[in-house]
Amino acid sequence: MQTIDLSKIGLREMNKTLHAQAANTNQTTWEIVNPKGAHAIACGLDAPIEVTVKGSTGYYCAGMNQQATVNIKGSAGPGTAENMMSGKVFVDGDASQYAGATGHGGLLVIKGNASSRCGISMKGINIVVHGNIGHMSAFMGQSGNLVVCGDAGDALGDSCYEARLFVRGSVKSLGADCEEKEMRPEHLEILRDLLAEAGSDAKPEDFKRYGSARNLYNFDVDNAAAY
Amino acid sequence: MCGIVGLFLKDKSLEPRLGELLTSMLITMTDRGPDSAGIAIYGGETQGRTKMTVQSDTPDVAFDGLDKALEKALGGSVSMRVKSTHAVLDIPAGTAANVRMLLTEMDRGIRMMSRGDSLEIYKEVGLPKDVAAQFDVSNMAGTHGIGHTRMATESAVTTMGAHPFNTGDDQCLVHNGSLSNHNSLRRKLRRDGIHIETENDTEVGAAYLTWQMQNGATLGDALKNSLDDLDGFFTFVVGTKDGFGVVRDPIACKPAVMAETDQYVAFGSEYRALVDLPGIETARVWEPEPATVYFWSHNPTSPTSAKAA
Repeated sequence: MQTIDLSKIGLREMNKTLHAQAANTNQTTWEIVNPKGAHAIACGLDAPIEVTVKGSTGYYCAGMNQQATVNIKGSAGPGTAENMMSGKVFVDGDASQYAGATGHGGLLVIKGNASSRCGISMKGINIVVHGNIGHMSAFMGQSGNLVVCGDAGDALGDSCYEARLFVRGSVKSLGADCEEKEMRPEHLEILRDLLAEAGSDAKPEDFKRYGSARNLYNFDVDNAAAY
Repeated sequence: MCGIVGLFLKDKSLEPRLGELLTSMLITMTDRGPDSAGIAIYGGETQGRTKMTVQSDTPDVAFDGLDKALEKALGGSVSMRVKSTHAVLDIPAGTAANVRMLLTEMDRGIRMMSRGDSLEIYKEVGLPKDVAAQFDVSNMAGTHGIGHTRMATESAVTTMGAHPFNTGDDQCLVHNGSLSNHNSLRRKLRRDGIHIETENDTEVGAAYLTWQMQNGATLGDALKNSLDDLDGFFTFVVGTKDGFGVVRDPIACKPAVMAETDQYVAFGSEYRALVDLPGIETARVWEPEPATVYFWSHNPTSPTSAKAA
């Protein structure tokens, strides 16, 4: 295992070192010590490596991730795993606002709570939150799955497209054009796989599914006066 | 952007280090706003005395013999500590309004930064490290304090546009965000006789709290009402004689992190600001909820219901 002390080599050198790892690298396991809440740790990775950050991170940790697995052994700041394409990101603590925003693929697991705007404009990423999520989560979510083992805050799934939202606890309020939907066997299967991958022992049957009522998709001539 | 830090000490043994800890927290936040910086320190009070922190761009002239002149006009003892462009006037309790009037009459170009029994505010244009060094903040002791580093959006980069803003006796406010209805609110408050000096949005936020409390609201009520009456983005941290409070607007896009241990409660715009605090590894760290008023106080009777002085 390779260890990088962020307080010694600095952010740019650390990210440069991680970016230099190719698909066939032998150095597949990395540890970053002394993160001290720094921004943009392990951003833009594109190799099948595993990076473990020993502490809490600031803005945009593991942003734009492809292929890599990033473990955060603490809490994560705003925009964690933003625009992830593939790979996995695990946060042991809580995540601040807009975790997994605009993500196209991969898996983001938050063992604690996520703050507001979790999965905003998600485009294919899978997000599993063991705790609660804040308001405006999955706003304009286009595709992918957001799984919440705890409760959801206000305006869940506002203006969402085809993202699937699964919540075990209560939902404070649903956003515009978001509704509870029927849980079919194929959804239980998706949920079972995601919960297993995220290390949660929650039962798929305890969740409710929410999604788009599909009323905001198209221009309705009856609404012309509103514009 | 702007960066905010706050530290409320529970453990008395940390009190001599308050200035040092706050300074280090604020310097970490420098890249959230390099325009101006300020710090409010609650250093303790003396029975029968109160304090006024004043500022001048020409301190050599403005503060020369100021204590003696005030003493003569006031007929009570006045002492003065000059720190660079600021001076702390130690005056008899109950004479603050009188001293303020005398300072205006003297026409020495002196501006008031703060008034209160325990509070001192130091703020100037410049980087946190320079402003902290200018006033030797690192060597200041106290029970609690808040700091701010500004990225100006709504008004000019000046001393008077720097945070913290003094809202009432021993009360101050720092702000991360921007208020969009500050012009109409300023007109309304001025009509009601509230003194507002600058075109700054946060000063209107501070004046709003003052106005609310003059009309009988508690600080807790005033903060709750601000959620309805202020339009815009804000994370506010307010300092009071006994502690501090935190409130975020309902959208809560301006960041906030809190940490609590047996020794302190700390606030930072980012976790980075908190990483060098003692025992942070085992602290309870969380994000304050939107549209929720939080308070910590050294006074065991409810601080949110305490009337403004």
